[in-house]
Amino acid sequence: MTATTTAPLATSPTRTARQPSDRLRAWATRAPLLPALIFMIVVTQLPFVATLVISFFDWNALYPKARHFTGFDNYQQVLSDADLRHSVWTTVLLTVAVVLASLVLGLLLALLLDRKFRGRGFVRTLLIAPFLVVPVAAALLWKHVLYNPEYGLLNGLLHYVGGPQPDWISNNPLLAVEASLVWQWTPFMMLILLAGLQSRDQQQIEAAKVDGANDWQVFRYLTLPHLRRYLELGGLLGSIYIVQNFDAVFTITSGGLGTANLPYTVYQSFYQAHENGLASAAGVLVVIGSIIIATFALRVVSSLFREEASHA
Amino acid sequence: MSSIAVRVRDRRKGAGLGLVAWVLGIVFFLPIAWMALTSFHSETDAATNPPSFGAALTLDGYRDFFGTGGGASPWPALINSLVASVASTVFVLLLAFPAAYALSIRPVKKWTDVLFFFLSTKMLPVVAGLLPIYLFAKNAGMLDNIWLLVILYTSMNLPIAVWMMQSFLAEVPVAVIEAAQIDGARLPTILARVVAPIALPGIAATSLICFIFSWNELLFARVLTGVVAETAPVFLTGFITSQGLFLAKVCAASLVVSLPVLAAGFAAQDKLVQGLSLGAVK
Repeated sequence: MTATTTAPLATSPTRTARQPSDRLRAWATRAPLLPALIFMIVVTQLPFVATLVISFFDWNALYPKARHFTGFDNYQQVLSDADLRHSVWTTVLLTVAVVLASLVLGLLLALLLDRKFRGRGFVRTLLIAPFLVVPVAAALLWKHVLYNPEYGLLNGLLHYVGGPQPDWISNNPLLAVEASLVWQWTPFMMLILLAGLQSRDQQQIEAAKVDGANDWQVFRYLTLPHLRRYLELGGLLGSIYIVQNFDAVFTITSGGLGTANLPYTVYQSFYQAHENGLASAAGVLVVIGSIIIATFALRVVSSLFREEASHA
Repeated sequence: MSSIAVRVRDRRKGAGLGLVAWVLGIVFFLPIAWMALTSFHSETDAATNPPSFGAALTLDGYRDFFGTGGGASPWPALINSLVASVASTVFVLLLAFPAAYALSIRPVKKWTDVLFFFLSTKMLPVVAGLLPIYLFAKNAGMLDNIWLLVILYTSMNLPIAVWMMQSFLAEVPVAVIEAAQIDGARLPTILARVVAPIALPGIAATSLICFIFSWNELLFARVLTGVVAETAPVFLTGFITSQGLFLAKVCAASLVVSLPVLAAGFAAQDKLVQGLSLGAVK
């Protein structure tokens, strides 16, 4: 990609690097980049630094005068508070369940869509649609239109077969949230995996089939190894987005019934309880969790990135 | 086995699996189809068990949603969302386009590091900066101001846009740019007259992705806006608690608010993957 094709255009470093005109040229090269870079640092990095600082203060917004430095007290409180610890666990459970389920379903759908059949483009469009419903609207749709125990579609359909009429959200609140998210995120996984499937070496597959390999062997020994990167990418990007999920939890259960995840808890502790210090400490913990996921994510993205660069 | 025999066998199996794909596609789409149908039913027909599939169609749900029967009109929220999404997308493009140039066509030293810095900011959870932003907005008197959301949405989408644009601009032939340079064109002219026209499909795809993400955003909007700058997703949160028979209205509301995203997404199905995977998947 770029690394190879544009190398000659890059300013030649060494030799006369100390001469002012070269330094000027280097800045001229950087200039187009600076507005975006500075904007990002100011809007995303500075608030995080502020969060970090606030997390070391005992600070309730309703009693601003009582604000004082408390060291790691907030962290201790966050980690020892049963509710907050539960929300950490909920976040992990929600993220892992949704990512795994939508990856498996997404893979299945991608494999089906990779074959030629009548109306393939149309089916693809049908499958993408759930991802294009505004998240709050999707959550409302599941909460009121599908899950409602009295007139929801799920119980309506169960009625036809004489099945039970469960109260979906009260019986399995976390599962209810997860199902709605799996519905929205499966298309995302499907799209990424489909891109992976379509970048396979078709000649190699054809050759393996002629040599007598069956479908399962082709899948197991050719397709799956090729898809590994795409599965990783889908899983990690999905994790990053779903760890941060707020809309579904906020809409379907309003954080009740043990479904409050960390983003919801952070939101609640400063928006409703006005505990700025505690909220910040919880926020910093979310960041630490995300950094762990992100480190892996960045590695996967950069290896895909280099692979594509070496193809070009 | 001969290659032809393999193809014949595959074709027969393909028909069966195609049917499975059709069934799954319909299952996934069913909630949306049902939402659309319910939005055209009367409230009493919408709330029956078993569901009344063939009930008479009416526009009452939509009339109700648009506030003709009393209640708050969604128009201010829809317009706010439009302003926030369009303005932030314009700002993103203005910032990302030159940056992508400096990362692809005329790359700065260590350009991959810079690219990955942009990506890493995307992985910083929104909640991490929410409180300081809220406090800042409160002190600066910018709470409930749509332009605060514009700034935040710009920062939210800039990394995605830089990544996408970088990969699009990398495909612009260097010779064209060199020729313009020899003719004495300066950078802004080159960007506007030479690079932009070639990268236009890419710019369009980037815009669509940024528009969708801004339109969907809830957490910032919920915390930082109130009556004046409320966006469409915040308006929708008014439907979280049941209000008697209101299913048709909820469906109409959800559908109307989702319509721009559905339209934009269908228009750019392929670019969707690229944007969501931050340019890692083409």
